[in-house]
Amino acid sequence: MNSNLKEQVLRSSGVNVLKCMRCGKCSGTCPSYDEMEYHPHQFVYMVEKGDIETLMKSESIYKCLTCFACVDRCPRSVEPAKVVEAVRLATIRQQGCNHLIADSIPEMLDEDLPQQAIVTAFRKYTK
Amino acid sequence: MNTFTYYPGCTLRTKAKDLDTYARSSAEALGITLTEPENWQCCGGAYTTAKDEIATKLSAVRTLNSAKEAGQPLVTVCSACHNVIKQTNYDISNDEEMASKVNNYLKLDEAYNGETTVYHYLEMLRDVVGFDNLKKQVVKPFKGKKIGAYYGCLLLRPSKALAMDDPENPTIMEDFIKAIGGTPVIYAQRNECCGGYITMEDKAQAQKRSSRVMESAQEQGADMIITACPLCLYNLKKNSGSDLPVYYFTELLAEALGLKEDNNEQ
Repeated sequence: MNSNLKEQVLRSSGVNVLKCMRCGKCSGTCPSYDEMEYHPHQFVYMVEKGDIETLMKSESIYKCLTCFACVDRCPRSVEPAKVVEAVRLATIRQQGCNHLIADSIPEMLDEDLPQQAIVTAFRKYTK
Repeated sequence: MNTFTYYPGCTLRTKAKDLDTYARSSAEALGITLTEPENWQCCGGAYTTAKDEIATKLSAVRTLNSAKEAGQPLVTVCSACHNVIKQTNYDISNDEEMASKVNNYLKLDEAYNGETTVYHYLEMLRDVVGFDNLKKQVVKPFKGKKIGAYYGCLLLRPSKALAMDDPENPTIMEDFIKAIGGTPVIYAQRNECCGGYITMEDKAQAQKRSSRVMESAQEQGADMIITACPLCLYNLKKNSGSDLPVYYFTELLAEALGLKEDNNEQ
């Protein structure tokens, strides 16, 4: 395991995971809760424990909608979405690990799909 | 005079032309001049919160700086553009390391450190035009129409950066609805996510989220929904399975101001 990963995620996210008091409000308010294998509070806990690679391999990193509900509603200002973002970046920045490739876009299109959706998906899923 | 730098963003040029054209015609009628910066770039759609991301923040800084150079406040309409630009402006004002990296990269004539004031179009209506003043200029009020405001996530959160309104009990869109003569409908899901870009890869999740929003509005008796976001409009219309009409708030504004063809028969 890359021993630097925890440090990298902490630095990239700017989050102090030690502030978390495990109330679970982030996961309770997360619109993607049902779709996630690991939930926002687990991201915070697992990063604290240094278990980054498990998160990096999980589909959960692509389920965050960046709605910032967990960021705004955390009573300790832990900002879990920033942790999810940092873990996702640790994955997609690796060579060959883009989650969305341009060639797959045409079949996703319909006549009303706004450009905003495509641009945002690329920003979230691809480097 | 009230002159603003106006940032339309990519989608207002293409799939969300209504959001743009009605924003422009209404501003003109309200005595506000919107000037579009030359060669603006797409905001990127989503703000990357990571501290070690710089390149993804530059286009928003260029937009902010073009308003600074013009000596004007910046106004946005699309919720996503607004969110990205506001978060960029907040971070560049509060994170010296990010500001220094961005400025080292951009090499502007003068460093940009968050000087531009950013308004969402709704904030411009509230804080510059004034809702009372807007009300006086309404010629076709939405009398008897029960309108549900859909904030979604991007206009309100993260609230310390967006600072538009109370993130849990916002009133700006309801006050707008009152100003154009309608009756605002408060419903539980008005500031919860529609599913956003997940529609690209997980249609089922987008359907679940957007139908929850529409059911919530319908239960409270809304006749129609208004939004400022092209992706919210898409999800609520295409993925929710509901036939409740969804409009851009600028379309209703233009209609109330008498600037639109007569089809107020929803």
